[in-house]
Amino acid sequence: MTVSQKYISAWHEIVLAALKANEVKLVVYVPDRVFTPLIKAIHADPYFMAFPATREEEALGIISGAWMGGLRGAVLMQTSGFATIPNALASLVVPSQIPALIFVSERGTLGEFNLGQALVCKTMRPVLDSLAVENITITRQDELAFIIDRSIKQAVATQAPVTFILSPLLTGGKVFEA
Amino acid sequence: MTVVAHNAKVMNRFELTKRLVGHLTREEAVIGGIGNANFDLWASGQRAQNFYMLGSMGLAIPIALGVAIAQPRRHVVALEGDGSLLMQLGCLTTVAERAPKNLTIVVWDNGIYQITGSQPTPGAATADIVAIARGAGIANSAWAHDESDFDRLVASALKDDGPTVIAVRIDNKPAVATTDRDPVRIRERFMRGLGVRGAGS
Repeated sequence: MTVSQKYISAWHEIVLAALKANEVKLVVYVPDRVFTPLIKAIHADPYFMAFPATREEEALGIISGAWMGGLRGAVLMQTSGFATIPNALASLVVPSQIPALIFVSERGTLGEFNLGQALVCKTMRPVLDSLAVENITITRQDELAFIIDRSIKQAVATQAPVTFILSPLLTGGKVFEA
Repeated sequence: MTVVAHNAKVMNRFELTKRLVGHLTREEAVIGGIGNANFDLWASGQRAQNFYMLGSMGLAIPIALGVAIAQPRRHVVALEGDGSLLMQLGCLTTVAERAPKNLTIVVWDNGIYQITGSQPTPGAATADIVAIARGAGIANSAWAHDESDFDRLVASALKDDGPTVIAVRIDNKPAVATTDRDPVRIRERFMRGLGVRGAGS
């Protein structure tokens, strides 16, 4: 990807390109408003197999099985959904050393209108840190491709999961329309 | 033949696990759910294509679905207890919607959380796992009404006609052995068994 392309692309196009460049073909998600353009773009691209799961930990189970079967996968979720996965992280992904790629659309900060989201957001990084799961908050589009590309490579090489927290500074977030 | 739950014979999980493994001739993958489901799988012989879950209750079927998607030419069997399935019922709708032909789900139903002290599961006396699976969209779902019926259902499922759910009423006997609790070794051996890792890697 050239520098000029980097600046004309939307954030979701950069994420999609980084997944492709790293042969991440399976994407399992629980929907999120902010991630909608990314989900649409992935569905529209025949390179990917993409489908929803009923719960975020189910999605993690699916991509864990796929990875063991030789297929790389990523999960997409929003912040509140993250609160459903600590058991799957602590008792499957981390101890089994599975390089799960976890993308979280960050809610609960920078203009959040829902107190429930705000409180769950405060638990997310402490949980990841306590499990020693690599987690990177991405706020800048010019750093996005580099961070995702290098971190996927690191996850695979070190057999460790990684969580990408996509800040509203990058995505625009979800705003209260009233 | 469809048999309602209360008419199905109560069988033994270890005996049926051995019967199931006896049908596996094409290096089929087997995911053993948390607790007695994977303990009895372990006791039946440690095939390289077996994955034993030591945690993440409820995820045997999602893990099996992931393997089935990654390796569409290999048949994959999930062994899950009724309590674990109840924790993640939504996964049945995901399986129905993806409709992998190479996936079989065996549900061991004793109506109790055996490993924690045999407390009854919610719905033990009222829920019908096969009706739930059919309602989720997995038409090929049936109770095994005795051992020979179980054999017949497994043989049919392994022909890649899935997804299939085979529900089995089982007794309350504990597993006959305990899995070695080494998650990395379990995962690495499974990946070699699936041909994902070379012998030297």
